[in-house]
Amino acid sequence: MIPTLFGLTLPFLILAALTIAGAVAAALLRNLVHCALSLTITFAGLALLYLNLDAQFVGFVQMLVYIGAVAILVVFAILLTRGAGMPEYRSFSSNWLLGLVLAAATFALLAWAVTLSLPASAASAAPAVTVQGIGVALMTTYVLPLEIVAILLTVALIGAVIVAMPEAKSAKSPSAGKAGAQ
Amino acid sequence: MTPLAGFLIVAALVFSIGLAIALTRRNAILVLIGIELMLNAANLNLIAFWRFGPHPEALTGMMFAIFSIAVAAAEAAVGLGLVIAYHRHSKTTDLDTMTRMKG
Repeated sequence: MIPTLFGLTLPFLILAALTIAGAVAAALLRNLVHCALSLTITFAGLALLYLNLDAQFVGFVQMLVYIGAVAILVVFAILLTRGAGMPEYRSFSSNWLLGLVLAAATFALLAWAVTLSLPASAASAAPAVTVQGIGVALMTTYVLPLEIVAILLTVALIGAVIVAMPEAKSAKSPSAGKAGAQ
Repeated sequence: MTPLAGFLIVAALVFSIGLAIALTRRNAILVLIGIELMLNAANLNLIAFWRFGPHPEALTGMMFAIFSIAVAAAEAAVGLGLVIAYHRHSKTTDLDTMTRMKG
């Protein structure tokens, strides 16, 4: 039997502490690269929480997509915008207190609703979910959302490349004019 | 505290920290990170409700989380592309000085 504390299992408490600690570090650290690394810890903690919830497929998808792709993307964006090292301007907005109060109020509201409204339901037996079952569901019940997500991902990736691409036309014309003047 | 309540409290904490990052930090990349954290908190809620709900074999919550992860990945790609394009144009990622996006 797994030891419990306040009705919560010890692995859950460790993973929750890891996730929250990573998120808090991302909020407080000043160096952007450190923020990205602590964000990766939070993503890993969430993936392990999914595994703890018997959602193996989602857990590994979380590891692939977030730790493998989004975290790398964030680090690339930080390095491409020369955000590494200490920032030249103050890290926090001038009205940071208002934002903090709003976030704390949101958490208080959510926690109040959670503790007030939930029935004391015990965990049922672990559902037998296979990757085959997920694939069959994606190809039958959820085939329309799957196609829409495929189109969305294609459009988003092409759009991201076009947005981040150097403006070839406007960059060329001043240099061409300069060359003509010389 | 039931296990479901524990997961929901953790999700609420991650959501609030993401909201605090998005509201208080001045760097545009960190604001995107905060939005990613909020989306992740929603995913954790979906998975927790799927696991402790009456019909976990129906896969609905899990499918919702998978599609949500895909949409979040697209959002991150477009958002970071926008930040890089803005930085190329104005040499800053400071949100307090980002007052116009017209080229």
